[in-house]
Amino acid sequence: MTLHAKTIALTAAFAAFAATAAPAKDLTIGLSAEASSIDPHFHQLTPNNQIRQNIFESLVAQDEQQKLKPSLATKWEAVDDTNWRFTLREGVKFSNGADFTARDMIYSVCRVPLVKDSPSPFTSYTRIIAAMTAESDHSLLIKTVSPDPLFPVEMSQIAILSAAVNGVTGPVTFKPEGCDNIGTPPQSADFNKPEVAVGTGPYKLVSYTRGDRIVLEPNPGYWGEKPVWTKVTLRPITSDAPRVAALLAGDVDMIENPPVQDIERIRKAGLTVAQGLSNRLIYLHMDQEGDAPNVIAPGGKNPLLDARVRAAMSKAINRKGIVERIMGGMAQAAGELLPAPMFGTLGREPEAYDPDGAKKLMVEAGYPDGFEITLGTPNDRYVNDEKIAQAVAQMLARINIKVKVDTSTASQFFTRRNKQEYPFYLSGWSASTGDTSSPLVTLVATFDKATGRGGTNAGRYSNPKMDALLSQALSTIDDDKRADLLRQAQTVVLDDHGILPLHFEVTAWAFKKDIDYKPRTDQYTLAFAVKEAGGAAK
Amino acid sequence: MLVYMLRRLGQSVLAIVAMAVIVFVGVYALGNPVDILISPEATQLDMEAAVQRLGLDKPLWEQFTIYVGNVLHGDLGKSFVYGTPALTLILQRLPATLELAFVALALSVLFGVPLGVIAGLKPDTAAGRSIMAGSILGFSLPNFWQGMMLILVFAVILGWLPAGGRGTMVSVLGVELSVFTADGLAHLILPALNLALFKMSLVIRLARAATREVALQDYVKFARAKGLSERRIVLMHILKTIMIPITTILGLELASMIAFGIVTETVFSWPGMGKLLIDSINLLDRPVIVAYLMLTVFLIVMINLVVDILYAVLDPRISLKDMTA
Repeated sequence: MTLHAKTIALTAAFAAFAATAAPAKDLTIGLSAEASSIDPHFHQLTPNNQIRQNIFESLVAQDEQQKLKPSLATKWEAVDDTNWRFTLREGVKFSNGADFTARDMIYSVCRVPLVKDSPSPFTSYTRIIAAMTAESDHSLLIKTVSPDPLFPVEMSQIAILSAAVNGVTGPVTFKPEGCDNIGTPPQSADFNKPEVAVGTGPYKLVSYTRGDRIVLEPNPGYWGEKPVWTKVTLRPITSDAPRVAALLAGDVDMIENPPVQDIERIRKAGLTVAQGLSNRLIYLHMDQEGDAPNVIAPGGKNPLLDARVRAAMSKAINRKGIVERIMGGMAQAAGELLPAPMFGTLGREPEAYDPDGAKKLMVEAGYPDGFEITLGTPNDRYVNDEKIAQAVAQMLARINIKVKVDTSTASQFFTRRNKQEYPFYLSGWSASTGDTSSPLVTLVATFDKATGRGGTNAGRYSNPKMDALLSQALSTIDDDKRADLLRQAQTVVLDDHGILPLHFEVTAWAFKKDIDYKPRTDQYTLAFAVKEAGGAAK
Repeated sequence: MLVYMLRRLGQSVLAIVAMAVIVFVGVYALGNPVDILISPEATQLDMEAAVQRLGLDKPLWEQFTIYVGNVLHGDLGKSFVYGTPALTLILQRLPATLELAFVALALSVLFGVPLGVIAGLKPDTAAGRSIMAGSILGFSLPNFWQGMMLILVFAVILGWLPAGGRGTMVSVLGVELSVFTADGLAHLILPALNLALFKMSLVIRLARAATREVALQDYVKFARAKGLSERRIVLMHILKTIMIPITTILGLELASMIAFGIVTETVFSWPGMGKLLIDSINLLDRPVIVAYLMLTVFLIVMINLVVDILYAVLDPRISLKDMTA
C-alpha cells in the first residue's frame, strides 16, 4: 500500500468513524404495503417478513440473489437424509442483553403453532420437524419427518425469539404435538410493545402505530455490521401517486415500488432509481383438464389439450415486444420459471416470436380458423397486467384465436381463478425460496390434496413424468443431483408448453442521492441494508 | 315527542337491519378472503384449515346468523388480517378521522358562511361574483385531483408543508391528537383543506341563497328602518336565520366526512378510518368492512336524529310536540 493510498484509507476510516459517531442520521422509508403485525410468526407475507428482518433474525439468511448465507447459524450440514446439524454463532446477544443459545431456536419453533388467528401461519415450515436436540448451547440437531433438501431455506423464514424475555427458565423440550416448559408464549398484539419485540437483529423496535409508522433504533449489541442509521421510520403509503409525492417533497428518503410511468420524472428530479430483476414470473396458464369453460372451438373439444396449439400460442406471443413497449424495459422476457442463475434454472432463451410457425402448427392441429377463448387477468396486481393481457389478445388474433379479455380486481380474480372459471389466465408467481422447485410444485405439478402439490395449478396441467422427476428432486439432499433433476423436470414442462412464461418483473426503488440500496430478487426493502451512497467506494 | 322519538327509533332499527343484510351479501360477493390472505405457497391442507378457522366453509345464511348472534352479544367479529377485534381496529382510527373532519368542518364554516353572506348581500359586485366562481371550482374539481394538486404545490414545489401522514401527537385525555402541536397542525392543514373545499363551496352557496332571501324579508327592512347598524342586522337577524338550513346540511355532511373521507385519507396517507376501509376492501377483510359499514349506518342515523332535535332548538316555529302522528 502506497503512502497515498494509506492516507485515503485513513481518511475513509475516519470519515466512517465520524459518520457513526454523528448524532443523528435519520432514514424514512415509504412502503407500498403495511405489515399486519410486528409479531414475526403472525403472517407469512412480504410486508411482514421485510420488517421482521430488521428486528428478528433466523438461523440462515438470504442474500440479494436469495442465496443462503450464515446468520445466527455459522454453518449447517445434512448429517444424513433426515438429520441436520446447525452450528450456532457464539457471543450473540438479544437487544435486551440476553444471550442467544440453542434453547431460543427450540422455543421459537415451539411457539409457531401457538400463534392465534394467524392469516397465513408459518407452520408450513415447522410441520416437517420431528425432533430437536440441543447438543450444546451452540449446536442443534434437527430431525425432519421425511428428507427435505429445502430445510435450510425453510429455516431462513423462522424468526428467533428469546425464551428468557418471555419468562422461560430451564430447558425447553421439543415435541411435535406441543412442547414442554415454554410457559405462556406472547400473543401477536403483545409485540406492539418494544419490551416484548426483542430479537437479535440490527435494529430494535421503538414504537409502532398501526396505519401510520414503525420507528426503529439500532440494537447497540448487534453482532454483525453496525447499521448506518440512528433512527429508521417506516411509513406505509399504499397509494402510488402519494408515495411518489412524499419522496419528491422530501417527506421520505426512499420509496419502494415507484410506478413505471413516474420513473423518468423521479430521475429528472435528481433522485436515484435502482432496479433489479425480481423472482416474480408473469405467466399464462391454460386449462388442460377435459372440457374447459368459455372456449368455443370447432368440434366442441378443448383445443388447449393439444400440445401443438399451446406451442402455437407461445410462438405467436412477442415477448420482447411486450417488455419494450408495455413494460418500458422494466422486465426481462422469460424462457423458464425462474431467472438464471437461481437454483435449478436452465438459462433457457425465451420462445422466439414466430407467427408463421405458429400458423402452421394451428393448421396441423386442425384449427386453421382458430377458436374463441376468454383470457382472465387481474387489473391491479402486477405491473401493467391488464395491458399485457390486451397485447397477448391482439397477438393471438393473428393466428385466428379470438381472445376476450376478462379483467377484474385482484381479490375477485384470485377467487374466480381458483374456482377454475378461466380457461386461460394471466398471473404471477414469486418463488420465496429462490428455488425452481417452488414454481414447479405450485404451478405445474399435478393438483393433489394428498401431496399438497399443484395448489395454484388452476389450469390443472398434469404430466406423470414431470411429477416423478419432481418427487425425486424433493427427496434428494445432494444439491448437484437435485439441481439436475429440477432442470430435467422443468425441461419436460417447457417442451410440453404446459405453462407459458412471459417475463420476469423488474423491481425498482427510488431514493435520495446520498443513499444506496442494492436491488433484491425477493423484492424486500430492508432498512439495515440501506447504505450511504459512495460510503464503500471512497 | 315520545311517540315521535319511538317512531324514529323504529325506522332507524329497520334501516340498520336492512343495511346489515345488504352489506353482508355485498361483501360476500367480493371474493374469497382466503385466496388473498394465505401465502400462495401454502398447501391445500393449510388453505382448508384457514377456511375452517374463519368459518368460511359454512353457507351464507349460516354465516349471517352466526354474525347477527355475535353482534347482539356486542361482538362485531375479529379482523381476518390483524387477528384483533374489528371494533378495536376501527376505534383506534377514530380520533384521526374525527380530528380531520372537525377541522375541515370548522374551515368550511369559518370561511364558507362569511363568504356566502358577502356574496348574498352584494351579489353584483366583483367580490360577490368571484366568490361564486370560486365555489363552482370547489364543487367541480375531483377530490383526488385536488388533493394531488395541493400536495404538488404546497409540498413538492414550495416545500412549505409535508405531503402526507400524521405529525407529532400529544395525548389529550388518553386520546392521541395532533392538532395541538405545530408539526401536527402542519400535517393537518392540507388534508383538512382538501376535505373542506367541497363543503365550503356548499356552505357558500347555501349561505348566499339564504341571505338573498332573508335580506328582502320585512323584518330586515324594518330593522334597517329602525336605524340598526348594518353589523347588527347581519349578525343578529340575517346570520341567525340562515344558520338553520346550514346546520341541517352540515350535520349530514359531517357524518359523510367522518364516514367517507376515504379519498382524502388515501391521498394524504392519513391513518384514519377511511384508509382502513379501503385497505380492508383490498385485503377482503370482511369483518372490518362489515363492522365499519354498520358503524357508519349507526352514526348517520344518530346524527340525523340529533340534527332534527337541533333544528327545533334553532327554529322556535318547529315543535316536536306537534309531530305525534
